[in-house]
Amino acid sequence: MVDSRESWNEAQLCEIIAEHRGLEGPLLPILHAVQDAFGYVPQPAVPIIARELNLSRAEVHGVVTFYHDFRDRPAGRHILKICRAESCQAMGCEALVKRAESRLGVECGRTTANDQVTFEAVYCLGLCAMSPSAMIDGEPVARLNASKLDALLSEMGA
Amino acid sequence: MTIRIFVPRDAAAIAVGANGISRDLYRAAEAAGAEIDIVRNGSRGMLWLEPLVEVEVAGLRYGFGPIEPTDVAGLVSAGLFDPSRVAAISHTKALGPTEKIPYFANQTRLTFARCGKTDPMSFEDYVAHGGYLGLQAAMSMGPAAIVEEVVKSGLRGRGGAGFPTGIKWKTVHATLPQQKYIVCNADEGDSATFADRMIMEGDPFVLIEGMTIAGIAVGATKGYIYCRSEYPHAIAVLNEAIDAARAAGVLGGRVAGSPYAFDLEVRMGAGAYVCGEETALLDSLEGKRGIVRAKPPLPAHKGLFGRPTVINNVLSLAAVPFILAEGAQAYADYGVGRSRGTMPIQLAGNIRHGGLYETAFGLTLGTLVDEIGGGTQSGRPVKAVQVGGPLGAYFPRALFDTPFDYEAFAARDGLIGHAGITVFDDTADMAEQARFAFEFCAIESCGKCTPCRIGSTRGRETIEKIMAGEDVAANMEIVTDLCHTMKLGSLCALGGFTPYPVMSAITHFPDDFVPARPRLAAE
Repeated sequence: MVDSRESWNEAQLCEIIAEHRGLEGPLLPILHAVQDAFGYVPQPAVPIIARELNLSRAEVHGVVTFYHDFRDRPAGRHILKICRAESCQAMGCEALVKRAESRLGVECGRTTANDQVTFEAVYCLGLCAMSPSAMIDGEPVARLNASKLDALLSEMGA
Repeated sequence: MTIRIFVPRDAAAIAVGANGISRDLYRAAEAAGAEIDIVRNGSRGMLWLEPLVEVEVAGLRYGFGPIEPTDVAGLVSAGLFDPSRVAAISHTKALGPTEKIPYFANQTRLTFARCGKTDPMSFEDYVAHGGYLGLQAAMSMGPAAIVEEVVKSGLRGRGGAGFPTGIKWKTVHATLPQQKYIVCNADEGDSATFADRMIMEGDPFVLIEGMTIAGIAVGATKGYIYCRSEYPHAIAVLNEAIDAARAAGVLGGRVAGSPYAFDLEVRMGAGAYVCGEETALLDSLEGKRGIVRAKPPLPAHKGLFGRPTVINNVLSLAAVPFILAEGAQAYADYGVGRSRGTMPIQLAGNIRHGGLYETAFGLTLGTLVDEIGGGTQSGRPVKAVQVGGPLGAYFPRALFDTPFDYEAFAARDGLIGHAGITVFDDTADMAEQARFAFEFCAIESCGKCTPCRIGSTRGRETIEKIMAGEDVAANMEIVTDLCHTMKLGSLCALGGFTPYPVMSAITHFPDDFVPARPRLAAE
């Protein structure tokens, strides 16, 4: 999925800013759009956004780093998020996290060495009556179990 | 004759293959030469039956579920596309008329009356099922009377705090005319809760109508729905529904031809749990870090961009159209004590019949878990249930006689919160759950107040020492003292309520905090 994204360029950033600057409180929508376009929020975007919105760099940096969603580097080709909140805990999500970690060879929160998969925790996908659950490249998966997870990992090329 | 078939578009149904089933049904129909029309409805809330496929025959809907791709061919040859045979299909997945399934039939669906029945994307369908009667009534009453009606209904904030919704509205209504806002808190981050998501995906117009009524009541012309980024399907549905509402003239410069103006915008969160706290949410909407504000000033006086703001949970706002259409008394007739109306309860975790169950307040926890929920999915005994999400208390079986009511739970050092119930079987380690409560608080703390920011990390470390058998008695005292400080000294419910899961685990499950306790094999 990253492959289809633009590589960082200032012109596109300026377009994104222009598109959103009329909104009340435009910073989050801009950051989401930037991440949609480039796959992450590139460092050089921060001072430009700050200048255009009349904010300090520190304020924009603060916002980018406060929210779990915003990345400071590109993710892997696929993003696997396993829910680790209580309902999924009650249905054994921790064993699935360990399984994914060992299969991927990285800890939760990291990207595999070949940039194929970024593996992250998420705290609740709202699928709690069908725990454990996960999200793969934005698609929800529920009633997850070891064999389903293995199949998904294989599909992702892990 | 075209046969109407329903396959939910709810994210939970999609997560177990509903989109594939829908495609398979179309293909099978084509192959069989049958004409079908698939409506992507909301979920009926019986999530253990998803994907739940329904076939309409003479106005009655027959359910089949949970449907797997391998079931489709068999059901089709048994007569799924033949109206004369549907009712009599004998198949392990045949459930009979959906609305006669006791789990569904025994509910009191006021807020969720349409969810699962209608096509959530169809404005016409919404209106045909009683939609916009609330707005109509509201417009004929005028702002002050609307506020009075909501006050009289006894509706309390469904997000967790249980603050009377009408009082919030009254406060904003009383402020001088100026730019005011309606903000819908759709940052449903608590584990075990999904009612907001379900109503947004399954009946989005009810939320739009509720917010419009709120806008007219308090003199606000602009509303925001702040929805968490973990809910992409809900966001897509809302955006589409808002466009449809604008096209139908019920949002915009002249709502339904009246002099009132009201419009809506959806904003997406960015993965911060604390933004479910109303003042952190407002900061986030303004484009800042989601830092909790000290109160006062109340959002009702100085909310979004410093303007008077009504900020309500999705379910509170979605309850409003019923209250206006049927009258405050009709709503208040349900419930017990000071908990009036109905509550969409969510049964989750290790449970057999997980799902959404809307009912009047007052059922006992035991009835909900054992009878309605059918006990654990694993078949093992229930050890604990956490009520109210990550900041809610763990209750043992001994407290299963607690009625589902704000005050009754508070009296037992618990809370009902957003009415999510997570069931754990006897393999759960309550020391680990207490440790996680602190850890989660540390991950999600906004960092503004010390008890939450530092207390959560110290708490996790101290529980880890207890788990390792280190100086247990002294460390228990430290945790207890720390919980006391966090409860009284934190700025918001994140730090202030983290003691609920921790202390309830310690109080009700002391054996799990004894060193060298026997570990269960399921670990």
